[in-house]
Amino acid sequence: MGKKVLMKGNEAIGEAAISAGCRHFFGYPITPQSELPAYLAKRMPEVGGVFLQGESELAAINMVYGASASGVRAMTSSSSPGVSLKQEGISYMVGAELPALICNVMRAGPGLGTIQPSQSDYFQATKGGGHGDYHLIVLAPSSVQEIVDLVRLCFDLSDKYLNPAMLLTDGMLGQLMEPVDFGDYKPGHVEKPWAVNGCKGRKNNFITSIYIQPDRMEQHNLKLQKKFAEITENEQRWEEWELNEDTEILVVAHGTMARIAKSSIKEANRSGAKVGLIRPISLWPFPVKAFQKLRKIQKVFVVEMSAGQMLEDVQIVINGRVPVHFFGRMGGMVPTVEQILEKIRELARSPVNA
Amino acid sequence: MKKVFEKPKSLGDKHFSYCPGCTHGIIHRLIAETLDELDVRERTVGVSPVGCSVFAYEFFNFDMIGAAHGRAPAVATGIKRSHPECIVFTYQGDGDLAAIGTAEIVHAATRGEKITVIFVNNAIYGMTGGQMAPTTLLNQKTDTTPYGRSAEANGYPIRVCELLSTLEGTYFAQRVSVHNPANVVKAKQAIRKAFTNQVEGKDFNIVEILSTCPSCWGISPLKALDWLSENMIPYYPLGVYKDKDAKKEEVAAAS
Repeated sequence: MGKKVLMKGNEAIGEAAISAGCRHFFGYPITPQSELPAYLAKRMPEVGGVFLQGESELAAINMVYGASASGVRAMTSSSSPGVSLKQEGISYMVGAELPALICNVMRAGPGLGTIQPSQSDYFQATKGGGHGDYHLIVLAPSSVQEIVDLVRLCFDLSDKYLNPAMLLTDGMLGQLMEPVDFGDYKPGHVEKPWAVNGCKGRKNNFITSIYIQPDRMEQHNLKLQKKFAEITENEQRWEEWELNEDTEILVVAHGTMARIAKSSIKEANRSGAKVGLIRPISLWPFPVKAFQKLRKIQKVFVVEMSAGQMLEDVQIVINGRVPVHFFGRMGGMVPTVEQILEKIRELARSPVNA
Repeated sequence: MKKVFEKPKSLGDKHFSYCPGCTHGIIHRLIAETLDELDVRERTVGVSPVGCSVFAYEFFNFDMIGAAHGRAPAVATGIKRSHPECIVFTYQGDGDLAAIGTAEIVHAATRGEKITVIFVNNAIYGMTGGQMAPTTLLNQKTDTTPYGRSAEANGYPIRVCELLSTLEGTYFAQRVSVHNPANVVKAKQAIRKAFTNQVEGKDFNIVEILSTCPSCWGISPLKALDWLSENMIPYYPLGVYKDKDAKKEEVAAAS
């Protein structure tokens, strides 16, 4: 194990990417992810890598498309309005089956919104985002250490399944400083025989997302769907916290919101409530397996920094078995420990099946 | 018997799917001949656009990638920055390069990306059936300018070589045409220069090639060649707009 270093979340994304063998970053300035490009602008030259500030988010994601197609680990990062601009390129990357890491350090929308933290891009991240039938692999960290772990995992899963992966975090975690341990992780070597980087000694390759014959295009879609089914089966990840056989109230929250909810749950349980937490780590695939064995749960309580987006996935997986309650704040406002605690206590007092 | 003429290695076996009289086929061949002559086929990556040449990757015999509409220079940047040893070029039409991809081409040029851009200007959107392009001439009729392009309603056609030649990162910019054999020879020389410059590690290179679209212009292939010569060349004069080598020579001669 290496020694711990104190780092900001945004900077940790950059260092984790370098440790994962990424030497190609293409981005465009936007708050609250600004420390990440600044960090990599300094670090990439030190490790012989490429840092390039594009003329737009469109250019940056298409530079990632080109770099990834040529066989290298490549990434971009942005915050919500910028990620909207990247959607065209992301859809093309899924269609062309190209790996990459895309980071969204979320801020509040819609529109220009504000630079304070939010989780309101959950729909965009997990339900496709651009045109066509597709999903990104979406991982949501809740600590700076987990940022490091999940950045590496995003690269690995993305290379394995040939699909872009998104690290979905928010302005609060991006700005937060915590000690992290980079350990002794070594990225594995991945063969990319499909890459376009000169056809010496092989047949020429081509990369595209167009299949003009509809039957061929349908075959391509079926292939992608098969891959998404495989990812759904193999890559569900979540954390269970204070969750045991007699838990009655199940809180579901991800990322920053889960950290805050933990404090509320600890306080509620201290005064006799039976509250536990499921924290989805993979937002897509949504960890439906986490909800299979919760027989004594009487109430589910979803907390988000949004109007209720992950809420819909929880409602689908609970499927009417017990009531699903929600509390959220928007616009860059963050639910407090006290607010969540108050809601939990209200729920604990209310009759079952209400 | 001695073989004196053959298909370039850089072209594949697939028949071109372009319309009769379209000059994309000539331009493809000129690129393929050039890459063969420079012996760089095996380290070339071509970027095809959205437009009639979206399937260019089917015709070339080297690595190719299709880009989103207008984004080819950004895609080429990503490839070249990851693999500086590769010879990277984009093949773009007028809608792709001079409308939706204006930001990408201007910034690739101003960054001095060491890529080659083949810009095919036929003053119309061919693949979508003949709409106004950024290079459609004033009074030219298209599906979306049925009464002719008017400066008041649609503004003026863009002269790309002139525009890009103002940028410091542009090393070489030349406009050529392929409407007759003499000009095809000149076009080949320009393409060769634009690729040789890249092999030598020089900055951004662009060759603009005036091209015909008999299908969407609604005239015969032969008349299309005349139309190009009589209408396009006066507005889009042929010639070298930027050549940093020439400037160096001038400086050397003056000193």
